[in-house]
Amino acid sequence: MVLGVVVVTFLLLRLIPGDPARMVLGPHAPESAVAALRRQLGLNLPIWRQFWAYLYALAHGNLGTSIYYKAPVASLIAPRLALTGSLVLVATFFAIVITVPLAAFAATRQDRPGDHAVRLFSLMGLGMPKFWLGIIMIIFFSLDLHWFPVGGYGTTLWQHLYSLVLPGLCAAFAIVPVLIRSLRVGMLEVLGADYVATARAKGLRPSRVTFVHVARNALVPTVTLLGINIAYLIGGTVVIERVFALNGLGDLMLSSIGVNDFPVVQGVTLVYALGVIVVILITDLVTARLDPRIRLK
Amino acid sequence: MNAAITPSVALIEPEHEVARRPSFKSRALHNRTFMAGAVMITTIVALVLLAPVIGRYSPVGQDLLHTLSGPSALHWLGTDELGRDTWSRLLYGGRTDLQVGVLAVIFPFCFGVFIGTVCGYFGGRLDSTVMRIVDVVLAFPFYVLIIALVFFVGVGTHGIYIAFALTDWVVYARMTRSGTMVARTLDWVAAAEGGGLSRARVLWRHILPNTVTQAIVYSMSDIVIVILAVVTLGYLGLGIQPPAPDWGSMITDGQNFLQTDQWMAIMPGVAVVFTGIALSLLGDGLADILRPE
Repeated sequence: MVLGVVVVTFLLLRLIPGDPARMVLGPHAPESAVAALRRQLGLNLPIWRQFWAYLYALAHGNLGTSIYYKAPVASLIAPRLALTGSLVLVATFFAIVITVPLAAFAATRQDRPGDHAVRLFSLMGLGMPKFWLGIIMIIFFSLDLHWFPVGGYGTTLWQHLYSLVLPGLCAAFAIVPVLIRSLRVGMLEVLGADYVATARAKGLRPSRVTFVHVARNALVPTVTLLGINIAYLIGGTVVIERVFALNGLGDLMLSSIGVNDFPVVQGVTLVYALGVIVVILITDLVTARLDPRIRLK
Repeated sequence: MNAAITPSVALIEPEHEVARRPSFKSRALHNRTFMAGAVMITTIVALVLLAPVIGRYSPVGQDLLHTLSGPSALHWLGTDELGRDTWSRLLYGGRTDLQVGVLAVIFPFCFGVFIGTVCGYFGGRLDSTVMRIVDVVLAFPFYVLIIALVFFVGVGTHGIYIAFALTDWVVYARMTRSGTMVARTLDWVAAAEGGGLSRARVLWRHILPNTVTQAIVYSMSDIVIVILAVVTLGYLGLGIQPPAPDWGSMITDGQNFLQTDQWMAIMPGVAVVFTGIALSLLGDGLADILRPE
């Protein structure tokens, strides 16, 4: 899997129609400069040697050199990882906090107004561009109510967290509609199970049945779903960082695209994919802990 | 929502008599979700197609004497910073975005369904290789991959088509593959094979009709995903290139005037959300209608 991801990022460069060196330097650069850059990037070597060199460099933690910043790509990425990482964490937290109660609310009121309201809500969320939601949030919470900063990341830990509230909410909404829809169906299945009927027949309070019997058993599919959808959430942060002027990985990617700095774009893409693989591994471990049946396999 | 269609009928009928399933048309007409989606999407398509008639202004025509004017009888939704009519730009922008969204889904759909059917039926080396590729593509965050691909292939509509052709087939392939693997074990498929039909005929006539419905249902949400991506790319300046109107770049323009002229950024987003709801309803309705009993 990791190797496959590396191959794909390596091949990205090959997709450029024509000469990457020419693309960086523009149509008016002298031929000698283009040839020099081509040599510097190793583009004059046969493709398998280029790939070998790329792998070798990666194994030594070298993601290449930025053309624009003239610095190692890894040194550009490292300081920005914390911000993007915290944004993803905050967003995941919001995603869970929003999804679970709403899905439970809808599932326990199947086909009644409450259920329809939640379903309409998730339907709207599905078709909503997240960056637009971000803009609406800025208009409402920052410009009108002055509750949150319009953008930026602040300097202290408290400011960091505070400035991640709106972007986090916004990023969470990238997957909340999908999560609600799936979790609602999952909960409906659990609600129809025999042990829930037993619990009810025992005369337990409805809230106890919902939270202890139903929610607990719906937790495993939620975590699994989260693992599947987290890649989408992480991808969404690229755009959201731009909306809220956060200096994270996504911002680095987009600004590097603006200056045709493709080693950086390649490096960032690879780091994102590796991040997703790590998250998927973690969710696999968590589900194994939550569900004894999986652990036994 | 759809409970009214068949189960009640089946309950009344005696067990030995098989209740005849209503035709597709009647099931569609009685499905409120589907009809709501269909009405909404027809409205959108009609508006967008009639853009030259009801738009009244050219989407790219500038009027520097009337910039940033609010909604009025002349300009229903006002004008932008170059005096271009927002209503016209909304209609023409929808034209481009819907067209790109639908076209971008066609290749992934066909290729994904084809490769999924082949992999699911024959299995073996090809299957494991293709599924390895699917896993790798899915390991990339969707937006990161799309943005990177569009950057490397070349910004604009053509880049969007290539980016989706390269990535979007994996979901269809995965879905059709598992459907085919289930169908392959069913009795009537074994009967068709035993009857000496060619493999191509079994796949095409006996398996595909059963697996393709799921892909069709998914393609509705997929069009929403693609339109959202096209709009997002437009917002980032990597999608449909100005001066051609596009909902995404309209939001970018509007973002510069958040303090004074908020409707500029809000209206195109409302259009996207409306389209998204319409297509999602259509997809949900189709799923209900096409679900086997």
